[in-house]
Amino acid sequence: MIYNPNIVKRRKIRGFIALLLSTLAAGLGLFWLGFILFDVLRHGLTAINLDFFLEDPAPPGVPGGGLRNAFVGQLLITLFATIIGVPIGLLAGTFIAEYARGTKFAKVISILSDIMVSVPSIVVGTFIYAIMVMPVGHFNGWAGAAALAFIMIPVVLRTTEDMLSLVPWTLREAAFALGASYFKVIKDIVYRAAITGILTGIILSIARVAGETAPLLFTSFNNSFFTLNMNEPMSSLTVTIFVYAMGPYEDWHEKAWAAAFVITFFILIVTILSRSIIYWKYKSKS
Amino acid sequence: MRKFLKLPFADLIFALISFSAAFTVLTLIFSTIYVLYDESSLAIHKFGILNFLFNVDWDPVNEIFGAASSLYGTFVTTVFSLMIAIPVSIGIAIFLSEISPHLMKTPVGIAIEMLAAIPSIIYGMWGLFTLAPIMANYIEPTLQSIFGDIPIIGKLFEGTPMGIDLFTASIILSIMITPFIASISRDSFNLTPNIVKESAYALGATHWEVIRDIVIPYAKLGVYGGIVLALGRALGETMAVAFVLGNNHQITPSLFEAAATITVTLANEFTEADTDIYLSSLFYLALILFVLSFVILAAAKFFLLKAEKGYSR
Repeated sequence: MIYNPNIVKRRKIRGFIALLLSTLAAGLGLFWLGFILFDVLRHGLTAINLDFFLEDPAPPGVPGGGLRNAFVGQLLITLFATIIGVPIGLLAGTFIAEYARGTKFAKVISILSDIMVSVPSIVVGTFIYAIMVMPVGHFNGWAGAAALAFIMIPVVLRTTEDMLSLVPWTLREAAFALGASYFKVIKDIVYRAAITGILTGIILSIARVAGETAPLLFTSFNNSFFTLNMNEPMSSLTVTIFVYAMGPYEDWHEKAWAAAFVITFFILIVTILSRSIIYWKYKSKS
Repeated sequence: MRKFLKLPFADLIFALISFSAAFTVLTLIFSTIYVLYDESSLAIHKFGILNFLFNVDWDPVNEIFGAASSLYGTFVTTVFSLMIAIPVSIGIAIFLSEISPHLMKTPVGIAIEMLAAIPSIIYGMWGLFTLAPIMANYIEPTLQSIFGDIPIIGKLFEGTPMGIDLFTASIILSIMITPFIASISRDSFNLTPNIVKESAYALGATHWEVIRDIVIPYAKLGVYGGIVLALGRALGETMAVAFVLGNNHQITPSLFEAAATITVTLANEFTEADTDIYLSSLFYLALILFVLSFVILAAAKFFLLKAEKGYSR
C-alpha cells in the first residue's frame, strides 16, 4: 500500500471526533446527575424546617404543618418489610450458596432472583393488592410492608449468595476437619467471615426499597392523619410526594420537594457509604 | 436428597428452613402469575387475548377495554428512550474504560451509577417541575421549527408543546436507564485482553480504531445484555413517567402528545376502578406487563451469562 498522508489524517480526525463524543457523553451523564441533585437541593433546602419533621399535615390548602405521619409511616413500613424480607432472603441465599452449592436448583433460584430484582415494582403492588387488600376490603400498612419485602427478598438473596461465595472454601474445610457440623460451620465460620458484606448488602436493600413508590400506591395507599396502626391505610414519604406534587397547592409542592430532598440524600449517602465499605473490604483482600 | 438425610439434626432443621426460604422465591413468582391470571380471568374471557391486545378503546364508561393504547405508549417511550440512551451510555462506557485518566475513573463511574440509585419518583417530580417547562418553552418549539415542515418526520413533532408528552417521558426514561447500559458495557470493555489491543496498536490502528474494531466487538454480548436489561427496566418504569405522560389513552404519531403506558394506566386508575370488569382489565394489563418484562429480563440474563462464559474461556 502506498503511504497516503490524507488517509492517515482522516483516520486521526475521525478518531478524535469519536473520542470527543464519548467524553461529551460522560459529561452529559454527569450533567443530568448534577442538574437533578442541584434542583432537589435548591428546592428542598428552602422548604425544609423543624415543623416539617414534627407536625402533622395542615388541612389542604392551608400553609404550614409537616409530614410527621409520612415519616413515621415510612419508617414502620420499611421496618416491617425488613423484618419479613431480610430473614427469608438471608436464609435462601445461605441455602443456595452452601447446601445447594453448584446444583441446578441453586442456579435456577439465582437466575430467577436476578430477574425478580428488575421486575416492574408496580406489578408487585397489584399482586399484593389482590391477596392482602381485596380480602380485607381496605388498604393497610401490612400490605405495604409485604410489597416492599417482596422486592427485598431477591436483592438480599443475591448479595448473600455473592458474599458467601467469597468466603474461601478452605476455611470451611478447616472447620469440617475439626468435626463441626455444617450448621455450626455456617453459623460460626461462614457468617462471621462474611458479616460486613451481608450487613452492607442488607442496608443497600433497605435504601433500595426506601425509594419505592409504585408498590405502595395500591397497598398502604395514603393517610393524611398520623397513625401507628398497621391495619389502617398508612402514609409514606414517597406516596406523599406523588400526591403532593400532583396536587394544586404551592405549599404542597414545597413539601414534596422537601420530602424528595430527605429521601434522595438519605439514599445517596447510604448507598455511597455502604458501597465504599464493600469496595475497601474486598479490595484489600484480593 | 440422600446427602441431606445423613446430616445431623440441627443441620437438617437449618437446611429445611433455609430450603423453604429459597423455595419462597419460586412460590412468589408462580403465585404472582397465578393470582394475576385469576384476577384477570373475567377480562380474559370477555375480551380474549388478541382482541384485547389490539383493541384501541379504553372506555371505562362503556366498559370496553383494550390494551393497544397502553402498549403503544410503552412501546414508543421504551424504543425512543433506548435510541437516546444506547449511544450515550456506550460513549460513557468508552470514556470510563478507555479515555478517562486513572484518577477520574472511580468517581465518574460512581457518579454515573448514582443515576440508578436516585428513586424513580424523584425523576418524575423533577421531570414535572423542571424538565417539562424547559421542554415546553425551549426545546420542543425549536424542534418544531426545525423539523415541522419536513413531510412525515414533521408528523412526529405536531401539536402544542406542553412538555407533558411522550417526548419528555422518553428523555427522563433515557436518563434512568443510561447507568445500566453504561456500567455493564464498561465492565465488558474492561475485560478485553490487553494483548489483543496491543496487537492492533502494533498494526498501526488509532485509538478509536482499536475501540471500534477490537474492544466493542469483543464486548458485544455484554453490551447486548446491558441493552436488553435496560429495555426490561424501561418497560416497567412507573413513577418517572406517571408525572409527565398525562395518562391519555390515544395512539398518535406525534411525540408531543400526552399518552399512556401500561404502568401509568395502572398507577392512575387502579384505585379508581369501580366495576369488576374495569379492575379485571387492569389486572390483565399487569399480567401482560409481568410476562413481557419477565421474558425480556430472562433474555438479558441469557446474554450476560453467555458473555460471562465467553470471557472466562
